[in-house]
Amino acid sequence: MVNFGNVLQGYLAATQQMLSGDQLNNTKMAITTYTLPTLPYAYDALEPYISREIMTLHHEKHHQAYVTNLNAALQAHVAAVTAGDIASQIALQASIKFNGGGHINHSLFWLNLSPSDAPETKPDAAPSLQTEIEKTWGTLDAFKKAFSATLLALQGSGWGWLVKEGASLRIITTKDQDPVVGGEIPVLGVDMWEHAYYLQYLNGKAAYVENIWNVINWKTAEERFLGTGESILEAPNGSI
Amino acid sequence: MSATLMRTAPVLRAAARASGAVKPMAMASTSFVRGKATLPDLSYDYGALEPHISGKIMELHHKKHHQTYVTGLNSALETIGEAESKGDFTKAASVAPLLNFHGGGHLNHSLFWENLAPASRDGGGEPSGSLKKAIGEDFGSFDTLRKQMNTALAGIQGSGWAWLVKDKQSGTLGVVTRANQDPVTGNFVPLLGIDAWEHAYYLQYENRKAEYFEAIWNVVNWKTVASRFDKS
Repeated sequence: MVNFGNVLQGYLAATQQMLSGDQLNNTKMAITTYTLPTLPYAYDALEPYISREIMTLHHEKHHQAYVTNLNAALQAHVAAVTAGDIASQIALQASIKFNGGGHINHSLFWLNLSPSDAPETKPDAAPSLQTEIEKTWGTLDAFKKAFSATLLALQGSGWGWLVKEGASLRIITTKDQDPVVGGEIPVLGVDMWEHAYYLQYLNGKAAYVENIWNVINWKTAEERFLGTGESILEAPNGSI
Repeated sequence: MSATLMRTAPVLRAAARASGAVKPMAMASTSFVRGKATLPDLSYDYGALEPHISGKIMELHHKKHHQTYVTGLNSALETIGEAESKGDFTKAASVAPLLNFHGGGHLNHSLFWENLAPASRDGGGEPSGSLKKAIGEDFGSFDTLRKQMNTALAGIQGSGWAWLVKDKQSGTLGVVTRANQDPVTGNFVPLLGIDAWEHAYYLQYENRKAEYFEAIWNVVNWKTVASRFDKS
């Protein structure tokens, strides 16, 4: 139903086109300008599990703000590098991490979701991953239970991730918008910021966590697990 | 600190006084049962802060979110009490993050409700008296304080709080932020807290949090803030 290869190629083409006129010539350092990726499904496509209103705000407003602020921070950083201003470079690290992380995390998130009636939302779409999950947690249900419990125990804003580290799978959380960039491969991410569910679920985040399993894109998870999909983390030139 | 917030304090103090006279196990079970935290009542209606904070936000925020911290705090205290009575200090120590989170959540929200008031009553306006003087000395002007608080609030990455605090050592005022539900402790006395968690504004302001940070000044209870300042 959804061809992610095309989607990613679309990002690449759009970004390269944009980059040709958008590099900073005055600094002698080419910096990438990141752009908001298009969703591979409509804003209401995840209903009734995630409402159109949430998806619209989450993508158009929240994700856009991370992209905008990341680009601003990177530009300021290049200027600081050019000026040899180490203090400013260090001061910008937090903003680059937060906004860059926000951009990476949401880009991963959109692609590991899918309308519930798509075949991608059946765990069968991830045969190798499922085998490894069963090896680690016994059953898929036991994994879901462990993952959900981790999500619900998060204090404050953050994300829950299924990651591949070496050959093994682990569940981890990252706070705020910290991305998974320490060598592990993010297979599946769930946004636990309140903006991801509040308009629909209010304080009932357990229901959000229960329902999100209906719209998990297992095909994407399988590709990330096998390393066969295009890694959005390694894609060049702001293609995420 | 606020009377409502500390209404369990006499029981806790009584338990502490009694602790010398009873055996450790009895002390633990008694004091933790008697010292249970409870959800404080608000001194205004849920809709009383409208149009600046909607009644629905206030109701969920108080009845659901704050209640969850109260429940979580009591559960953490119970777990620690049980672990203590068994001499299982590893278990007791492992509960520390939950105690900080839920205890902080209870403390922060209790302070927050009391430093807000309907605009038709004590909410809004500007501080007066000794607090006004101190703000003038330490920030230059009330407007600068407002701007500093709003900048601090906007700069919070994730969930957290911004506070106007008094430094116990120097006696000067300052603005600090805390992540998640970390309470203001140590050298600072919390005078005014503003909740920057998304649940504090999202139903009304959605992603436009700057509008919430502007609006909330209309319902800040400067009487409460001044009384915290004068007592500290």
